[in-house]
Amino acid sequence: MFDPHVPHVAVIDQRVQESPTIFTLRLQYTDTRVQDAFEFDPGQFNMVTLFGVGEIAISIVNDPLDSHFFDHTIRVVGRVSEGMSRLQPGDRVGIRGPFGRGWPMEQIKGRDVLLVTGGLGCAPLVSVIRYLMRRREDYGRIMILQGVKHADDLIWKEQYDVWAEERDVRVLLAADVATQSWRGQQGMVTELIGQLPLRSQRTVALLCGPELMMMAAVANLREKGMQDGDIWFSMERNMQCGIGQCGHCQIGPKMVCRDGPVFCYDELADFFGAKGF
Amino acid sequence: MNLQTQQAVSRRPGFLARDALQTLFTVLSQSGYRVFGPMVRDGAIQFDTLTAADQLPSGILNDQKPGHYRLEQTDNPRVFGWNHGPQALKPLCFAPRDELWSEQSGPLRFSQSQPDVEPTAVIGVRACDLAALAIQDRHFLTDPDPDPYYRQRRESLLLIGVDCAQSASTCFCASTGDGPALDDRYDIGMAELDEGFLLWQGSEKGRAVTDQLDLQIASDDQLAAMVQATSQAASDQSRSLPDSDELMLLYKRLEHAHWQQVAERCLSCGNCTAVCPTCFCYETTHEMALDGKTAKMIRQWDSCFSATHSSMGQFQVRSTTKQRYRQWLTHKLAGWQSQQGRIGCTGCGRCIVWCPVGIDLTVETVAVLEEGSLDV
Repeated sequence: MFDPHVPHVAVIDQRVQESPTIFTLRLQYTDTRVQDAFEFDPGQFNMVTLFGVGEIAISIVNDPLDSHFFDHTIRVVGRVSEGMSRLQPGDRVGIRGPFGRGWPMEQIKGRDVLLVTGGLGCAPLVSVIRYLMRRREDYGRIMILQGVKHADDLIWKEQYDVWAEERDVRVLLAADVATQSWRGQQGMVTELIGQLPLRSQRTVALLCGPELMMMAAVANLREKGMQDGDIWFSMERNMQCGIGQCGHCQIGPKMVCRDGPVFCYDELADFFGAKGF
Repeated sequence: MNLQTQQAVSRRPGFLARDALQTLFTVLSQSGYRVFGPMVRDGAIQFDTLTAADQLPSGILNDQKPGHYRLEQTDNPRVFGWNHGPQALKPLCFAPRDELWSEQSGPLRFSQSQPDVEPTAVIGVRACDLAALAIQDRHFLTDPDPDPYYRQRRESLLLIGVDCAQSASTCFCASTGDGPALDDRYDIGMAELDEGFLLWQGSEKGRAVTDQLDLQIASDDQLAAMVQATSQAASDQSRSLPDSDELMLLYKRLEHAHWQQVAERCLSCGNCTAVCPTCFCYETTHEMALDGKTAKMIRQWDSCFSATHSSMGQFQVRSTTKQRYRQWLTHKLAGWQSQQGRIGCTGCGRCIVWCPVGIDLTVETVAVLEEGSLDV
């Protein structure tokens, strides 16, 4: 009897401390048949179980072509992620997934891609950036706008430097609180949108981060002449089942875990920013 | 022959005298079913295991009003003269508390848990609850992730429905199109008359039972009485909901001042979601054994009125009663239409009756739909 509720066991192959509160686990299913059958799209997530403690939704950040492992980048925010931060290579967790609908990577082929992220919102989008870099010829210009609260919060700094060197790739960083060595902008990431030479008809915007940041981004993008149907974002809600069943993650008629977490702005326009949804 | 009489004839019912009702219990029992049915307990109609027909609530009538539920004992011989108690079918398929799986440490492994299920014949199921069960079926059994625990419980049921020959003051199933006459989805249909019962098969599973009963031919008068009873019960209903298209407008009234007006009465207790036959929210929690070596994944009913329902760790998406009531009502009457093609209400009226302060969704819905002041 197939049961979407029961996790499979995965073992931690590598652990990387990205910042004082952020770490990445590279995982592999212990059952090779499960690992071989595991396919996902950028933007999808797994439910990760820590023995006896709990289960949380975490997005998958590596490339779908990586067939022997998958990566989760996790920030310590609560009881379960705190417990997970103590896991070491060789330790085991439970995995259910992948769940949800990821980014529309096929649909947006040939378009310019603008990625706007704030805070650890970068995790779901970093998988997209990596995806784009590996398939560079399939897409137009790439613009990466990354915002952080404090300059020290930026993880994968070297990675951004490498991406910035690529042809037709622009990387702009913003920190609310800058430091002396900070080379990006001081202020909100959404303010960077105004500085871009955006080809609004050719561009697709992918947003991820705090909802207030995304709301501001949508307003700025519309001012730049972008259509609602070309704006996509990843939503976060209380997710427990992953299959649209437990009801917690509903936004209006949509189940974020099943119908999202990635939505086109069109689909949620009535509820985006509405308090209580 | 009018349409209703045609339907009555198409049921092809047979007649079972009142004093022969025990034979139904005997056949069910001999066919391997546990009989689950209504009884009076704690001043309410509740469903539990029955062993004999004389345990049915003979002569019991119900007085249901907003925030009010009372039973009355009469000399009337009828055993289905009430409408419903706080719940019927939902707990049988979607268990209030279920163990999904267990996990063992060293090395970590997971084992699926098996629900404890036995073939169960449920007697006295109402049309509104059968309609609600169909809604829950769509929610829990739709591909690609049909729920195995729900499925096992659901498949163990033999459903014996009964027409409602009376309406409580809080019933509005006629306006949602779900009652008071049985429509489908039952295995055996029943209608109660003064002198006994009309019975007919609704499925092959039901036929295996009715074929073993010594049913007499139903008279034209009995068929007419059956039709007349549900028709009268429908016309006795005074509450109603606006039609489905109009209910979709609830999403255009998110800032209506009336939400706050309801919130000032609502206790956010979650009674409405607990008694609602379609509400499906559940939470999952890990329960660690005292030895620290095993743990269980438990799911139990949750409510969109609870503080944790919309919790995101550091904040709640719905921190106020106003937001929670609005979530419940807009989902029930509008969101459900997008999700399942129909509203998530079957007109049973339980949420009105079991609300401690008698909040009436039919009244609140109309108030919100009326153009009014915006709460800004």
